[in-house]
Amino acid sequence: MKKILAALLLAPALGWASSGGGGVVIEKAPIDLHDKASLQRGVQVFVNHCLNCHSASVMRYSRLTDLGLTEAQIRDNLLFTGEKVGEPMVAAMSPAVAKAAFGIVPPDLSLVGRSRGADWLYTYMRSFYRDPASKTGWNNAVFPNVAMPHVLWEYQGSQVMNVTERMDDHTGDMKVTRKLVIDRPGSLKPIEYDRQVADLVNYLSYMAEPAQTDRKQWGVLVLFFLAGFFVLALLLKNEYWKDVR
Amino acid sequence: MAKLNKPPVTEAGPFNGVLTWVDQRFPLVALWKDQMSEYYAPKNFNFWYYFGSLALLVLVIQIVSGIFLTMNYKPSAQEAFASVEYIMRDVPGGWLIRYIHSTGASMFFICVYLHMARGLMYGSYRKPRELIWIFGVMIYLALMAEAFFGYLLPWGQMSYWGAQVIINLFGTIPFIGEALAIWIRGDYNVSDATLNRFFALHVIALPLVLLGLVAAHLMALHEVGSNNPDGVEIYKDIDPKSGHPRDGIPMHPYYTIKDIVGVAVFLIVFSVIVFFTPEMGGYFLEYNNFIPADPLKTPEHIAPVWYFTPYYAMLRAVPPIFGSQFPGVAVMGAATLIFFLLPWLDRGKVKSIRYRGPKYHAWFVAFIISFLVLGYLGVEPTTVWGEFGKGLPIVGGDYIALWVARVLSVVYFLFFLLMPWYTANDREKPEPQRVTF
Repeated sequence: MKKILAALLLAPALGWASSGGGGVVIEKAPIDLHDKASLQRGVQVFVNHCLNCHSASVMRYSRLTDLGLTEAQIRDNLLFTGEKVGEPMVAAMSPAVAKAAFGIVPPDLSLVGRSRGADWLYTYMRSFYRDPASKTGWNNAVFPNVAMPHVLWEYQGSQVMNVTERMDDHTGDMKVTRKLVIDRPGSLKPIEYDRQVADLVNYLSYMAEPAQTDRKQWGVLVLFFLAGFFVLALLLKNEYWKDVR
Repeated sequence: MAKLNKPPVTEAGPFNGVLTWVDQRFPLVALWKDQMSEYYAPKNFNFWYYFGSLALLVLVIQIVSGIFLTMNYKPSAQEAFASVEYIMRDVPGGWLIRYIHSTGASMFFICVYLHMARGLMYGSYRKPRELIWIFGVMIYLALMAEAFFGYLLPWGQMSYWGAQVIINLFGTIPFIGEALAIWIRGDYNVSDATLNRFFALHVIALPLVLLGLVAAHLMALHEVGSNNPDGVEIYKDIDPKSGHPRDGIPMHPYYTIKDIVGVAVFLIVFSVIVFFTPEMGGYFLEYNNFIPADPLKTPEHIAPVWYFTPYYAMLRAVPPIFGSQFPGVAVMGAATLIFFLLPWLDRGKVKSIRYRGPKYHAWFVAFIISFLVLGYLGVEPTTVWGEFGKGLPIVGGDYIALWVARVLSVVYFLFFLLMPWYTANDREKPEPQRVTF
């Protein structure tokens, strides 16, 4: 029963219209860069799970004070291997070891929020499924044959890909429908897992450009100033141009 | 020879003394009068006349923001990408400077394209303004080189592969191509050596060329005077009492102040982009360029930045001959160089589009549409509009976008090449005696 429920919950979410080509529908990530609690939960997931293999080499731990954390909190909760708080986030695993394990060096995630985009990441982290044919035993619907195993499987549980073929009544073409279904539930309910991934993606988006919320605040100020400047310039111009008219 | 008995400066209040001292040693008053307070410009300038001064403003913005970027940027393959992120994260206000510079690059082209469109519409390239136009086209070419060199510097995937593709274009030139490409790169691949020389060219060589050309452009303009939306020569109609053109007004204060209003509007648009959408949906900063350059991994879809895409679409539209892409490269080069010939191709009696005949209007619209659609097609992969049915003659099975690009490339060239005929016998309207205002 639980399984069916999970599948139903996920079905609309991962409802990938797979007629012919079979592209995954990239979902909108429910993130909010002003939600500091979410960002703090996100960095926790990031440090605990991603940072084992991936670096974020241009992101300093000390920058996390942006998220409302104190340096002491950062040191106590997020630093495990004796780094200093001003140092960048470097993976626990060395690139050489990682290459031996996965066949490639796991990419640096500093800017992944910008190169891939939040929506892609949100869908990607929820689209892992069991695939005995792959080296790690995992595959991904968004990123086929990805070298990365499903790191958060304990939370999500494991999904399988259900492929059904059906003949289209009108055209007679075979229609292939692919659906991800949870076959073994994890420690989180699907809705809670989505929340966890959203927190992580929220953090990745923040990390890709830490100045972005600042930037928008400055923008409002600058536009107010320029609007005033425009009005004054226009009035001055009209005054001078009276002679011409 | 300097005038030895220049009158003292009398209209500068407390600065009279200083300015008189300077003016006796430097042609200060004469320069100010010639270029500003007694440079008479037509009084009927419209919206299209803002973009010259705005392009000049962007040039200044780019030079100033560029100087500050150079203070923290490291032109080395090992450090370039990280140093840009250092600017974005650790340099106080660094993100602002960087976004100003990246937005400025695209805004420069927007201003220059609109400025060129103005020149086309109102016949500003016609006698006696041929040299202004030629200097202008040279500025455009120098700007393309400047943008190309600058785009390599962030050392992202698009920087790297974009440069690779464009340098390889030079490699298609028969006989000397291969050697030329190596000479440009300084290596067999785009590498640290390439980055170093592109940095040198971007921060000093091309800016110097640009500044020199802009000076020549303005000097030529102020020698012959400005054209206007009616294409009527105001400098022939001199008011005998004042000795100035009847339809002219001094550049300063009238146009300096009007241009400031334009600057305010421009800065508002500029700031909306810088502060709220600096990537501009991937057109000003491409998403793939946030991945560090990887010489071993070719991205699936390499597209140049939007301002090059009309020419890129032409390049792709020309089929290779004997396995060589050179014909496409030659077409692309010709498409930019053909602008130089414009003053001598136009045989119309009137200058402004307002008084042109229906034939010119049709060709002009076709040209603008071609340019815009080619620009769009250059951004997208050729598959964007699907394929023709297999059974069709000639085009069967080919990409639709490919053939559209071919047709539009031909239209682009015909606009220029047929101009001597369709402008010579067009039903033009009579020009007014004086400007309409």
